[in-house]
Formats: sequence, structure tokens, C-alpha cells
Amino acid sequence: MKNLPLLFCGIFFALAFSFTGLILTSHIQIGSLTQTTETLEVTDDLDENGMPVMVMAEGEPLYPPMPVGLAQQGKEIYISMGCIYCHSQQVRRNEFGADIERGWGPRQTVARDYILQERVLLGTMRTGPDLAHLGGRYAGDAGRDWNHLHLYNPQIVSKGSTMPPFAFLYDVRQIAGKPSEEALTFPPNSEYAPETGYEVVPTRRAKALVEYLLSLKINYSLPEAPILE
Amino acid sequence: MSVDQKQGPYSSNSEAVRLELSQIDASIRSAALFFVIAAITWLMIGTVFALLVAVKAHQPNFASTFEFLTFGRVRSAHLNAMALGWASNIIFAVGLWIMARLCRAPINHKGILFIAGVFWNIGLTVGIFGILRGDITSVEWLEIPKYATPLLAISYALIGVWGVMAFRFRKGDHVYVSQWYILAALFWFPWLYVVAQVMIIWFPARGVVQSVTNWWFAHNVLGLWFTPMALATAYYLIPKVLGRPIYSYYLSVLGFWALAIFYNWAGIHHLIGGPIPVWLISAGIVASVMMVIPVVVVGINHHMSIIGLYKEVWRSPTLRFVVFGAISYTLVSLIGSAMALRTVSEITHFTHFTVGHAHHGVYAFFTMIMFGGVYYMMPRLLKREWPSSFLIKLHFWGCALGITIMIVALQVGGWIQGLEMNNAEIPFLEVVQNTIPWLKARSVSGLFLTVGHIAFAANFFWMLFAAGAVRAKQGPTLLGSNEGGSAR
Repeated sequence: MKNLPLLFCGIFFALAFSFTGLILTSHIQIGSLTQTTETLEVTDDLDENGMPVMVMAEGEPLYPPMPVGLAQQGKEIYISMGCIYCHSQQVRRNEFGADIERGWGPRQTVARDYILQERVLLGTMRTGPDLAHLGGRYAGDAGRDWNHLHLYNPQIVSKGSTMPPFAFLYDVRQIAGKPSEEALTFPPNSEYAPETGYEVVPTRRAKALVEYLLSLKINYSLPEAPILE
Repeated sequence: MSVDQKQGPYSSNSEAVRLELSQIDASIRSAALFFVIAAITWLMIGTVFALLVAVKAHQPNFASTFEFLTFGRVRSAHLNAMALGWASNIIFAVGLWIMARLCRAPINHKGILFIAGVFWNIGLTVGIFGILRGDITSVEWLEIPKYATPLLAISYALIGVWGVMAFRFRKGDHVYVSQWYILAALFWFPWLYVVAQVMIIWFPARGVVQSVTNWWFAHNVLGLWFTPMALATAYYLIPKVLGRPIYSYYLSVLGFWALAIFYNWAGIHHLIGGPIPVWLISAGIVASVMMVIPVVVVGINHHMSIIGLYKEVWRSPTLRFVVFGAISYTLVSLIGSAMALRTVSEITHFTHFTVGHAHHGVYAFFTMIMFGGVYYMMPRLLKREWPSSFLIKLHFWGCALGITIMIVALQVGGWIQGLEMNNAEIPFLEVVQNTIPWLKARSVSGLFLTVGHIAFAANFFWMLFAAGAVRAKQGPTLLGSNEGGSAR
């Protein structure tokens, strides 16, 4: 191997091959996915293969939903805390792993679920559970309270967990006048509760993070991935 | 040539060759020294981060009151300090030095190389601080925030170009296998890095195209940057120290091109079961399994080159590390091919098994070979010997035992974790708790590695600063019996 141009061409095309095969073609195949309705309707027209053309149902909402407001800010906190290094956000298909059996989501997630995310946080580690459907598992005010206690110190609601506490996202302060409505409600006799006369209130960052966590939901079907009863 | 022949460590049979090599060594000395010092400094910093996260993994309350010490950030600081600080600096030192020697081309304008090296490390320092203060991107292997990466890319360009220049102005007809590996890696790494930065951070591609790009990049940092550099080093050092040629030229050609063609498709196996088109995953699995070819070929080639000379290997500080790394390459790659199979990935994916595998590759293979490279290079750059064979042995045993404990603990623990996680009847919290003993074993392994690294750093700086005392030493530093005997 003495010929520099030849050696260089080989080196170039080796990587160009996978760059084209993996990156460019996946960009072409899934880079143009758009929102769609939960199911498609059959029309009378036929496509080039003789199959009926499917169209989105009129007036139906489009999925995946647009991320909104405080939850979007919370995603920035999720990113800056490095949550991804212990929590994935992807549900594998039934019979492959136990994702669906564990209640991590009602169906497998597909490429379209992620198209509106500016940063995709699939994750490759499950030191903690998958979070793709966390908002479906912990919903409403009860879910909000649980997540705040869990972030303040996971041992409060999940004894034996190896997740670190994120107490620095909360203010422990003296109760001035009447207690804040946002203050965390600890279980009776919790060793993590503040001293009497003090309360634990979430900072803006904690509130945003919890809104983001609650916004993680796979509660809609897609034509290619319906939720089966 | 007999391996027992008396010979100085920086000498060759021919006077002319000796003079030429000496001039080449002199041309790169200041830059290479800088890169080694930077690499060892990052190795120590990375070790501190590693110990912190290892303990945090089983004692979640440990050092948890400070935001900048939260697990996700320190873990990423560890990864980047090791991958871009230790690994890349040591590549710049050893890789460029080997390239210059093999091309018989002194490095011109070494001032530019040195300054670019300074800027690489400034960029990295800014990046690590950025990660700790919360500007982490949360994209695996690309955690360094946006404001530091352009500096890294520019300094890399100014560093990498010297390897290509040396190759362009090489003397002689023969091009050795190490030169292909180094040339290719110097070219592949910036391509990967720029594409990944552009498509994920600067102009994010739609949806999971980012994830595909992410794992194409991240796996190739190992496959097309660390691996070729370590293989080039092993291919250079084994024949150099043992004084006999590599077993087969044709196997080295086959090994190189098979790696070049297959490795860069393999990274998609990190997304098995994930929300991407199945054909992409299948392509990644096929390529991962095809990697058996270059791995077995390189394994045979290295093994046949040292066969019968095990005593010499064991006595040479260089080869003791290099051969440990070469054996690890075969093991880790075969395990990696197996892990890419869907049925195996179903268990090992998302568990500590993968963390063990990553350290098997980057540490037991790459880092051990690079340690060997430093043991060979320093006496030739400084024209003095390693001061202490005891510290070299301590370094070897600390690292060899430490990394073995770590891999066994994480892979056994990770396998159990995977089996339990796939059984929905076992509560998740129980799965987590069952990993704790294995994570504690990992922390113990960290102590072994720390001892090894301290021994290495102590010996290195002793050699660097206590010049007079060390220079007087007779003959090279060898391990085992016949100390001060023959020279390699």
C-alpha cells in the first residue's frame, strides 16, 4: 500500500459509505415526518402500487402534540441535570424486554413521537425507570406532589432508591405568616421533613422540571403505532 | 537478531538510522512532552471524577448538596476528561511521534503544534467547567457546551494536520500498517465530530435522526479514533521491542480494510429496540458481527508476532502493557459483536453491562496500549530511563487488577440487572437494589486503578524532573529478573 491517493480514497469512501447509508438515508426517510391524526381514512384513489391512498381525518387533532410553556423550560433543567444518564425515554415493543408490562407506556414509541423535539433524549441507560410515559403514570396534583417529594429526596417516597436528591432545587425557609400553598407536604413523621416553623418550597426550576416530567405522556395513537386495548 | 543482544534503548543497528530517528525525536520533543503532561494531568482529574461518581452510584446522598456535583454532570465530566483529555492528548503525543518516525519526516513548525495543543486543552477546560456549571448538552459523548466546541475543532485541525504532513513528505517507499491506521484516524475523527456537532447541536436534525447521528458518532470515537491509534501503536511497538517483523503483511492489510469498512456502521446497535427504522438497526447488527473478521485477523497477527517470546514480553514494561491491551482488544470486540445480537441486547441494553463493556474497550484495550507507548517513547524523547521498576509494576498490577474487577463486576451485575428488568414481576426498586453490591465492587476497582495511576504519574514526573540521578542509571528499566540486563 504505497499509493497515497488510492489509500486516501479508500479511507474517504469507507466513512462516506456509512455516512450516506446511516445518516443521509435516515434523514431522507424519517427527516420529513410530520404530525398526523391518530388514524387515517381510506379514500377511493389508488397509489402507484394499487393500494388505496390514506389521508388524515378532517378536524381531528394532530399528534404528537406541540410541547408547551413551562414544560419546555423544564426540559432545559432535565438536560442541565443530566437526567438522561440514568433515564431513557423510549418504550420497546411488546415481547421485547418488559417495557409495556412494567407500565412504562401503553405502546412502543416510534420515530414520529420525537419529531417536534429540538433535542431528542432517547437515552441508553436505565439505572432508573424509563420516563417516556411518566406523566401518564403520575398525573394531576397527586402526581405533581409525588414528583416534588421524589426530587427533593427520593428516599421519601421511594426508599432504597439510588437516585440522588435534588434538594438544591428547593428553598427551605421559615414560614412567614401562613404557610405557602406550594410548600411540599411530607408524609407524617418523615425524617426528611423540615423543622417545625420551616417549609420546603420548589424554586422556579423545580416547578418547570416537574411540569416537564408530567408532560411526558404516550396517551395517543399514531397510525403506525396504535394503542391496543 | 537475538532478543538477548545488548542494545541501548534509543539505538538501532545502523548509525545513520539512529541519527535520523534522534533528529525526528528532537523535532517533536517539546510538543510530545506537552501532550503527555496534559494527558497525565487529565488522567488524574478524570480519576477523581470517576471515584466521585462510582461512590455516588451506590451512596446517592454522597456530595449531593452541591448542584455542580450531581451525578449526571460529574459522570459527563469524567467521560470528557478521559476521552478528550487523556485519550486524545496521548494520541497526539504517541500517534504523531510514531507517524513522524515511520515517515522519517521531522515535524516542522513545531511551534504551531505546541500552541494548537495549548488551545485544545484550554477548550477542554472551558468545556468541563461548562458541563459542571450546567451547560451540559445531554447528548452522549458530545456533552461539551456549544461555546467550547469550535475552539476544540480548530485546535484539532491544527494538530491533526501535522500527521498528514509527515505522511505527505515521507521518505522511502515502504508504508507500514501503523501509518495507514494513524492517517485514517486523523482524517475520520474530525469528519465525525463536525457532522455530529452540526446535525445535533448547531442545526438539529429532525427527531431521531439526531439519535442515529449520535451513535454513529459516539461508537466511531471508539472505533475510528481510539481503536486505530491503539492498533497502530501495538503494530509499531511489538516488532520494535521484540526485534522481529510482524507476522503477516497480508493479514494487516485485511485487518485494516475490514475495520475501515465495517466498524463505522456498527454504532446503531446502541439503538436496538428503539424508535428508529428496523433496517437501520439490522445494518448495525450485521456490521457489528462482521467486525469479527478484522478482530480475529489482528488478534492472530499480533499473537503470532509474539509467540515464543513471552518472557521478553513480560520483562518489557512496554510490551507487558501493550500485550494486555491487545488481548483485551480481541476479548472486548468479540463480546461487543455478541452484544449486538438482538437476543443479547434485549438483556444487556440499558444496564451496567454496557458501562463495563465501554471500560473494557477504552481502558483495558486502548489505555493499556497507550501506557505501553508512553513507556517506550519517554526514554527516547528524554534520553534517560524510567527511575523505578517497582512503580511500573505497581502501575501494571493496579490497572490490570482494577480493570478486571471492574469489568467482571459491571458485566455480571449488569447481566443480572438486565434479566431482572425484563421480568415485570420483580419490582423495579428491587432490581436497583440488587445492583448495589456490584456497584460497590466497581468503587473498589476504582481504588486499584487510582493506585496504578498515581504510580504512573509519580514515575513520570520523577523521570521528568530528577534528571541527573536518573540519567546515570545503567541500561533500560526492565521488570522481573535480570534487571539492568538487556535493553528494551
